[in-house]
Amino acid sequence: MSVRRLAEDQFQPATFAFSAENTVFEAATIAKYPEGRQQSAVIPLLMRAQEQDGWVTKATIEYVAEKLSMPYIRVLEVATFYTQFQLKPVGTRAHIQVCGTTPCMLRGSDELIKVCQHKIHHDPFHTNAEGTLSWEEVECQGACVNAPMVIIFKDAYEDLTPERLEQIIDEFEAGKGADVPVGPQINRHLSAPEGGPLTLLDDIKPVRTNLDPKPEPAAEAVSVPPADAGHPKDTAPETDKSLKTPVTAPAAAAANAKEAEKGESTTTSTKPAAKRGSKAEGAPAAEGAVAGADKPKRTRKAKPEGEA
Amino acid sequence: MLKDQDRIFTNIYGLKDKSLKGAMSRGHWDGTKQIIDNGRDWIINEMKASGLRGRGGAGFPTGLKWSFMPKESDGRPHYLVVNADESEPGTCKDREIMRNDPHTLIEGCVIAGCAMGAHTAYIYVRGEYMREREALQAAIDECYDAGLLGKNNKNGWDFDIYVHHGAGAYICGEETALLESLEGKKGQPRLKPPFPANMGLYGCPTTVNNVESIAVAPTILRRGATWFSSLGRPNNVGTKLFMISGHVNKPCTVEEEMGITFRELVDKHAGGIRGGWDNLLAVIPGGASCPIVPAKDIIDCQMDFDGLRAVGSSFGTAGAIVMDKSTDVIRAIARISAFFKHESCGQCTPCREGTGWMWRVLERMVKGNAQKREIDMLFQVTKQIEGHTICALGDAAAWPVQGLIRHFRPEIEARIDQYTYRSTSEGAVLEAAE
Repeated sequence: MSVRRLAEDQFQPATFAFSAENTVFEAATIAKYPEGRQQSAVIPLLMRAQEQDGWVTKATIEYVAEKLSMPYIRVLEVATFYTQFQLKPVGTRAHIQVCGTTPCMLRGSDELIKVCQHKIHHDPFHTNAEGTLSWEEVECQGACVNAPMVIIFKDAYEDLTPERLEQIIDEFEAGKGADVPVGPQINRHLSAPEGGPLTLLDDIKPVRTNLDPKPEPAAEAVSVPPADAGHPKDTAPETDKSLKTPVTAPAAAAANAKEAEKGESTTTSTKPAAKRGSKAEGAPAAEGAVAGADKPKRTRKAKPEGEA
Repeated sequence: MLKDQDRIFTNIYGLKDKSLKGAMSRGHWDGTKQIIDNGRDWIINEMKASGLRGRGGAGFPTGLKWSFMPKESDGRPHYLVVNADESEPGTCKDREIMRNDPHTLIEGCVIAGCAMGAHTAYIYVRGEYMREREALQAAIDECYDAGLLGKNNKNGWDFDIYVHHGAGAYICGEETALLESLEGKKGQPRLKPPFPANMGLYGCPTTVNNVESIAVAPTILRRGATWFSSLGRPNNVGTKLFMISGHVNKPCTVEEEMGITFRELVDKHAGGIRGGWDNLLAVIPGGASCPIVPAKDIIDCQMDFDGLRAVGSSFGTAGAIVMDKSTDVIRAIARISAFFKHESCGQCTPCREGTGWMWRVLERMVKGNAQKREIDMLFQVTKQIEGHTICALGDAAAWPVQGLIRHFRPEIEARIDQYTYRSTSEGAVLEAAE
């Protein structure tokens, strides 16, 4: 979480309006959602407004709130919660979003950030002197096999070197950003390995073995039980379930305490005490299981006896 | 190595024709009507028998999930929501499906919709995937034009697909946060129960599935559950998109059989480890939230749910982040901690405060400016975050740190020693006060 606030009042334009093309988009987007659920369109509308104006202004938020009959605060919440919304003006020709999360970091995104600091501004979200360029470090952009990468507006520029990024920044600065090829900047196609794909080279014939002839209705399938495979196995010694703690084995703990009291003068080692303790704990439990059904009171009495 | 004939995503690199016609020539949209005519129970049984486990990270059986939807509608519509909010560092498979092979996903939506009685699907694409969203929308429009979607379509199951998008929040990959976001609110996870299958999107029965789980369904049903379950090993069947990033010679995305060993995966597809196998330090095997695994454990480990669980990590989304010996492993994990601190939604205190706390301690440990007892304290704090939050983000933030301490404790201690040594031998000169 981070604090995100709207820009100061002197930067805020007085009004907001969608262009003609975006008004069509607005109507179509609201129509995607069921009657009375037009609030769902809040993110797409704010995003389209940002594409139009470069950032999300206070006037935009008010406009969207009114359009979707939402309280103003709910739209403000959305605009400040989602980090893709720019709440301050960014570079007009390029806002460079450098991915700095671990997969990109491993492949040299630190160098890319240095390039941005050197060429644009030392701090993120500050424009250069002309107001044409700005940069920020963003979290994973989902192009990890093409690391390191930057996103400029809608397009990703992948497999970068610091030198290549400098060239790209220069191109955008000169207003020729559209000429830069998008995607990987080295000899590879999208996410295929460098130098050409190693798989999917054969011609693949469609197979439909399960449909002709019409299959028998499947017998009740042996389903896989839900497993906690998503949860890594915990190997930390302190969370080992077979370890006894005073909570899980109170009887043994009490015995230990007694033993320790006795042993204080004679300095008995704790090991035999623990052994005796666990035995004592096991015995009354078994006895309780046998006798417990009709004579619960006696079992409770029996416990301390067994321990002693 | 998996034969090309057994690959489900036949155009994952986008080198072939991406249009509907091209997809049909590769066997997609073939017999969809027949599958739907076989009925809801047949589809769910086939899916259960195939043993497909959800591809979004948790590995929940997909067929079982579909069967949770109410059999009879009580007047409320049913919804299918496809989770394409792929933000886990190291993961970039759904992106390739959406931009290069979108028809696998669209056909899957229709079939899954039929299996759960839903006539509407929302595909929630992460905000950063703008070109992918456009490609997916173009493919959907093509299907509408060809009469494969919409009312009274050729498949015999009325179905509408809408593409929705987020705006840069990792937490929206959690299913209930995704639903909140889709309803136009902040993406903060809901308490469960009620589960989405009873009260999901707009209070209606909803199933949320990962893109890959949905996209593989049509091929499984066409080729049969037995074909799919013959790949891999029991409980971990089928094929999977693997992403290999970090310090390998040729990072790439590739579809492989589950249970392939890490060595084979990297040697065959990613051109080997940078500097050879002796140079491998550790691997984060399934996206950033999985605990790190040191080289000796991972090299011959089978890449599937059980194989990685056995080495104290988890399979996650199969996005392996490879680190060679030049890596500052403490810094790599500190960066992951920074990621989780940035992405915590702020709803539960242990996660909101804990992620920042862990990150600050780790940042000091990167420099060595810490006490050795703080390593234990850090571990203890991760245990207090794990399992004490509404969603799994708290767990996801805690596991990488636990993995670091478990396997690289000597590294952290050495750094602290080095820092202390420097500060006493080079910096302050010890002199008697006069």
